[in-house]
Amino acid sequence: MTEVKMTVNGKAVSGTVEGRTLLSQFLREDLEMTGTHIGCDTSQCGACVVHVDGQAVKSCAMFAAEADGAEVTTIEGMANADGSLSTLQQAFQDHHGLQCGFCTPGMVMSAAALLAENPKPSEAEIRHYLEGNICRCTGYHNIVKAIQAASGQDVAIAAE
Amino acid sequence: MPKDGGIGASTKRREDVRFLTGSGHYTDDINLHGQAYVHFLRSEVAHGELKGVDTSAAEAMDGVVRIFTGADFEGIGGLPCGWQITDRFGEVMQEPAHPVLAQGKVRHVGDPIAAVVAESPEAARDAAEAIVVDIKELPAVIDMKEAVANSDIKVHDDLTSNLCYDWGFVEENRDAVDEAIKNAHHVTTLELKNQRLVANPMEPRVAVGEYSAGTGDYTLYTTSQNPHVIRLLMGAFVLGIPEHKLRVVAPDVGGGFGSKIFHYAEEAFCTFAAKAVRRPVKWTASRSEAFISDAQGRDHVTKIELALDKDGHFLALRTDTYANMGAYLSTFAPSVPTWLHGTLMAGNYKTPLIYVNVKAVFTNTVPVDAYRGAGRPEATFQLERVIDKAAREMGIDPIALRRKNFVTEFPYATPVAVEYDTGDYEATMAKLEEIADLKGFEKRRAASAEKGMLRGLGVNCYIEACGIAPSNLVGQLGARAGLYESATVRVNATGGLVVMTGSHSHGQGHETSFAQVISDMIGVDADMVEIVHGDTSKVPMGMGTYGSRSIAVGGSAMVRATEKIIAKAKKIAAHLMEASDSDIELKDGQFTVAGTDKSVAWGDVTLAAYVPHNYPLEDIEPGLEETAFYDPANFTYPAGAYSCEVEVDPDTGKVTIASFAAADDFGNIVNPMIVDGQVHGGIGQGIGQALLENTVYDENGQLLTGSYMDYAMPRADDLPSFSVDHSCQTPCTHNPLGVKGCGEAGAIGSPPAVVNAVVDALQRAGHTNVTHIDMPLSPSRVWAAMNS
Ligand code: FES
Ligand code: FES
Repeated sequence: MTEVKMTVNGKAVSGTVEGRTLLSQFLREDLEMTGTHIGCDTSQCGACVVHVDGQAVKSCAMFAAEADGAEVTTIEGMANADGSLSTLQQAFQDHHGLQCGFCTPGMVMSAAALLAENPKPSEAEIRHYLEGNICRCTGYHNIVKAIQAASGQDVAIAAE
Repeated sequence: MPKDGGIGASTKRREDVRFLTGSGHYTDDINLHGQAYVHFLRSEVAHGELKGVDTSAAEAMDGVVRIFTGADFEGIGGLPCGWQITDRFGEVMQEPAHPVLAQGKVRHVGDPIAAVVAESPEAARDAAEAIVVDIKELPAVIDMKEAVANSDIKVHDDLTSNLCYDWGFVEENRDAVDEAIKNAHHVTTLELKNQRLVANPMEPRVAVGEYSAGTGDYTLYTTSQNPHVIRLLMGAFVLGIPEHKLRVVAPDVGGGFGSKIFHYAEEAFCTFAAKAVRRPVKWTASRSEAFISDAQGRDHVTKIELALDKDGHFLALRTDTYANMGAYLSTFAPSVPTWLHGTLMAGNYKTPLIYVNVKAVFTNTVPVDAYRGAGRPEATFQLERVIDKAAREMGIDPIALRRKNFVTEFPYATPVAVEYDTGDYEATMAKLEEIADLKGFEKRRAASAEKGMLRGLGVNCYIEACGIAPSNLVGQLGARAGLYESATVRVNATGGLVVMTGSHSHGQGHETSFAQVISDMIGVDADMVEIVHGDTSKVPMGMGTYGSRSIAVGGSAMVRATEKIIAKAKKIAAHLMEASDSDIELKDGQFTVAGTDKSVAWGDVTLAAYVPHNYPLEDIEPGLEETAFYDPANFTYPAGAYSCEVEVDPDTGKVTIASFAAADDFGNIVNPMIVDGQVHGGIGQGIGQALLENTVYDENGQLLTGSYMDYAMPRADDLPSFSVDHSCQTPCTHNPLGVKGCGEAGAIGSPPAVVNAVVDALQRAGHTNVTHIDMPLSPSRVWAAMNS
């Protein structure tokens, strides 16, 4: 068992973990932050994506101990300070970029990382970037639109 | 048209806010005080005799609470099957026992043998590895035709064979169909497979059982599309718990696509074990476990023959299908290749004579049951493929051939026992031609050719039967359940409404769209309407969500209950305004007396219902709460026309979807944005089936595609953006909203469009011997077809 300390969504946290404890487990079970989801056991679905020191990572593919000292951001930390949806989250709602919501935390975290890297991605760039995030509900159509809209590109709005 | 968030408005989904901020509440997010964890030890062989299960070493390990085996479930019911098929000889199907934990034999990889309950998931898993299973491996039977022909290997020793049933429909038409095919000018024959798929909702299944020793009450939290159905099946047939002592909760559920309809062993186990160990018991499936324990979908092998006259009129249709049931009968498995498949074989066409034969077969594979579309994609795929092949053989344009045979008058009674109430197949085809710019295809083909790509166009129609279903009808067909839906509308004193619906939302957005309907009916803001679902302790009864039935059946129940509310509220309003009930009108949340300027607001009436000082107490009770059960008069029949353009790389066989368009008729629409999303998702799954997904067992019954490393899920860069339209609307004639349902259309209509397009591309490139390729159309299969 080792002691880990990190900052999650701006708050200092700590815990005692086994060597095999995954970051995703630490977030969900120790910190009871269940917004980060687990959709697979082969690191391929992306439901668990969080940011570690500004990089999008699959939290099921990283040990909690490896994140010792890191700055972690999860879906729970993505809204504006006043609790309202961020531009990206709002675009997902406006463009119906989610259905069951299970892939959504990972999608939002990946999309945020994409936009940080590439502020005006093309449709092809978005689709390529999301390769590691599986959504079974939306056929990706509205996820792509939401991300384009969030980046300030002209997309007809789905919702009224 | 849309007004203020009522029917027809693309209202933003209220559920999105919690999902977008990480505040959803899925079953795996539930952790109960003192809970223990389960790990199932599952069979690694597809077929074997269980000689002994030695748990002694495992029991001594740290953190183990108790270990259960099949012996603990002796005398307890097995998992029930909800549909009994009668075969073409008048005999009922063969129905094997389906124990919660294996007894005597294991019959597929993944069959649960033992369950460890322990202090942590890790301790449970470690102990499961220490269980010693003495198993005599038996030869497995995987291929359906072999399973029927070779009776040496029997999946169930107590059955006479591996044949579950041999179903004929309509049996009386058998000879007439044979005769018509024998005498026809032209007969097109096609043999094809509709491959096995894994539903793969992104949330794996989870079950948490809880028992209260003080009251004797049980609670099961589970990832289900229909918690009341689980309560009934598990309570009555497996564990013998009366419904008033059993609560089933399905909170936020991360997708279902059919695979979360069924009652699974793990649900019964967690409920049972919670009492046995007097602690809450939790099981969370890993994805690998989902691949070997969730019911799978499709898996039909079919021969279809279409007879035509010299002008291309369809004369008769005959199909022969082998349908895989897997090792046991999952809850609704027998209904899928029969009533949900055979009744749709007429498609959108006037074929006077149809005969469907289905042999359902047991094999040593994971059970198969409904997956998005369930039977209807299989029917559509074979019909729309054989029509395309016939068009080519007869030198008729494939769209013209379809048009020539369209049903044009409604209601239309098909020769396969259903009656289409409304439709306009010409309208959806014309709409498709417009939105897909089919006229421009030749130009796009030439542009693709410039790049060295082979472009092809595939078009097809589909029809489906949704809004399942009239209870008396399905009862005659073998359903062991009614298929109505219920709703309770509770109006609070201050005017807010709570609607408790038996429909369950696991991505469909009912909390938004159902509220739109109620807000429209009463004329109050949708924010005043709360939709409650997924908890048997809150909702009186429910049959759940599948078969695109929520708005058509659940929505209708909700409308009926609201009509009762309005009728009673008008009586109260009449009393308050000293007028006659029949003169009261309700509009925009105001009750008025016709022809006067008197009015009273919705909130005044609801307050009077609960503070009945000035109230007709001699005529009506205080309070404002009504329940309705709605049993549909018929199925609904959404239909449409789909097209796909592909580019095939002649060097590699790789298929790229260049464009995809869908013109659907869903009748009236409550929230167009949600409907678009449902179609997009269905098309995504349909293209996944056509190009990528496959479930492969080797000859020993080992699943070779048991994770996302081997099972190709469609990803964002496998798909294009889609062009969808649902402006053609022929409202359903027999439900109050005129709605038909839209959840499965995309998955039903899209696979034939893709395959038709690839065959077209190859034909145009001179590969005239390529008339069919089995899905998924992987580069290697397409390349092999081009080079055969
Ligand atoms: S749970 Fe991390 S990639 Fe699937
Ligand atoms: S919204 Fe359900 S998996 Fe993406």
